[in-house]
Amino acid sequence: MDTLDVSVAHPLRSFRLGVELSVERETVALVGPSGAGKTTVLRAVAGLTRPERGRVTLGRAVWFDSERRIDLPPEQRSVGLVFQEYALFPHMTVEENIAYGGRARVAQLIGWMGIESLRKAKPDELSGGERQRVALARALARNPAVLLLDEPLTALDTHTRARVRAELRQLLAELALPTLLVTHDFQDAAALAERIGVLAEGRIVQEGTAAELVASPASPFVADFTGGNLLPGRARAGGDGLTEVTLTDGTRIFSTDALEGSVGAVVYPWEIAVARAAPHDSTQNHVAGRIAGLVPVANRVRVHVGPLTAEITAVSAERLGLRPGETVVASFKAAGTRLVPLG
Amino acid sequence: MRRAFDYLLAIAAGIALAFLLLPLLALFLQVSPAKLIEALGSEVALDALWVSIKTGLIAHLFVIGLGTPAAYFLGRRRFRGRGVVIALVELPLVLPPAVAGIALLTLFGRRGLLGESFSAFGIEIGFTQAAVVIAVAFVAAPFYLRQAIASFEAIDGSLMDASRTLGASPARTFRRVALPLAATGLGAGSALAWARGTGEFGATIMFAGSFQGVTQTLPLAIYAQLDLNRDVAIAIGALLVLVSATVLVSVKLLPSWTRLTSVSLIRSAPSA
Repeated sequence: MDTLDVSVAHPLRSFRLGVELSVERETVALVGPSGAGKTTVLRAVAGLTRPERGRVTLGRAVWFDSERRIDLPPEQRSVGLVFQEYALFPHMTVEENIAYGGRARVAQLIGWMGIESLRKAKPDELSGGERQRVALARALARNPAVLLLDEPLTALDTHTRARVRAELRQLLAELALPTLLVTHDFQDAAALAERIGVLAEGRIVQEGTAAELVASPASPFVADFTGGNLLPGRARAGGDGLTEVTLTDGTRIFSTDALEGSVGAVVYPWEIAVARAAPHDSTQNHVAGRIAGLVPVANRVRVHVGPLTAEITAVSAERLGLRPGETVVASFKAAGTRLVPLG
Repeated sequence: MRRAFDYLLAIAAGIALAFLLLPLLALFLQVSPAKLIEALGSEVALDALWVSIKTGLIAHLFVIGLGTPAAYFLGRRRFRGRGVVIALVELPLVLPPAVAGIALLTLFGRRGLLGESFSAFGIEIGFTQAAVVIAVAFVAAPFYLRQAIASFEAIDGSLMDASRTLGASPARTFRRVALPLAATGLGAGSALAWARGTGEFGATIMFAGSFQGVTQTLPLAIYAQLDLNRDVAIAIGALLVLVSATVLVSVKLLPSWTRLTSVSLIRSAPSA
């Protein structure tokens, strides 16, 4: 399997885009706020935007090289691009849409995606989740060497989103293609990608796994952007209609989200309270641990407790007299604990 | 008070409708249908019908064959001065037909800018059937171009991009994606251009003359027969009313029978 190497420099409206990354047989996510230049990177790889300077190569195949004046048109680059709004051809049936990319694998892809019953349907008759599967099948029909996903979950409503995210994760794992995904949603990136690059104003400001980014953000921007803690564990239905998640260290926490199997529990740092002892209040989840670090961020302090990062006001941290190495209890509500699937 | 106002509006609408429709109705009422059909069978009418169909078809093929790629280019490419070019394309729309006639003569006429060189090679354009085709194409083309540019412009760019990333060349993208998605608009533009071309009078009579069986189209025949045989003039008029009505109805119906291919629907469908 070839490696996709991308190096792109391009002027955008108010800053310069300058991104270098390489994608092996894995899923890499570029996350950042809208307008950070994510989609431009994707379009440059696909050949839809010609960057001012740079190189795009897949193994030994050169797709773009500004110095050697090489610029292959999109149809000569082996990419499958799934567009944000899916861009299904409205005048073609599902089957025709998929066959547009290549006829050889249509039946196989339709079976694999489980969309046999939709073969003769037009895109406007499909739900958001169905469209996404058709768009993915169409992108794969060409048997591409690289898969590109532009905000693959943004077009879906919140209800569909969690389910499609789990499906997509499964599909990406089965495909095992070099996959570059861009999204403004850190949770989507955390659920789908092995590595995440945070893009701000055209630069990758930090790169790492979701857990690394959350645990040690390189800048307040990354801290703000990554937001949630991600705690891996196994989920099963617990009592009271809640889901019980056993974390890797054996700690049990609860979530109001319904999900089973391998999950990541996402908790936002500002949803977590820190105390000397477990409080008797409405919080169901208590994780005891030693304070690994205290990082001031503006008028707040990020407190690293075991696997968790809590964010409390500087005033509270002062009042509690927190010191690194001390044992404290981090508490958060089951209702504030989101579950995302992890393979 | 409100009742009175409503009546006033209704009366105004009634008068407007009568003003627009009564003259057309008169064409069918003054002469009996049997006589109309007989008059249509006259040599003058049949000649004019043949000239109109022949020149109309050639002009139409020319307009669509050249206008479609031109409109695709103007509708999808962004370049400096594009707005000016599109405005220039539409200029003949608002041009008085007599100006079109004198302009075509000045270019293609025997002593015209190009016509002089053509004459040197023994090619005469003025007052031939070729002149009819040119005049019809000149006045009809902007109707098609304007609609076609708008139709290509309205196509969601990501559909075109998707086609390219799926391995289709620009030519295949045009054929398989752009053309089908613009089809409704192209059909409407084509019908309007056909209607305008069929009714062409001013530019044709100045540039091509009115010779029966050669350059005399249906509208020119009406004018020529006015003093010779009024029944024939009325019969041709009635025929053109029917042709125009057919065009109008087909343009109105077009969007509904191509609904499944229309672009607008895909955006609004709910996700579940």
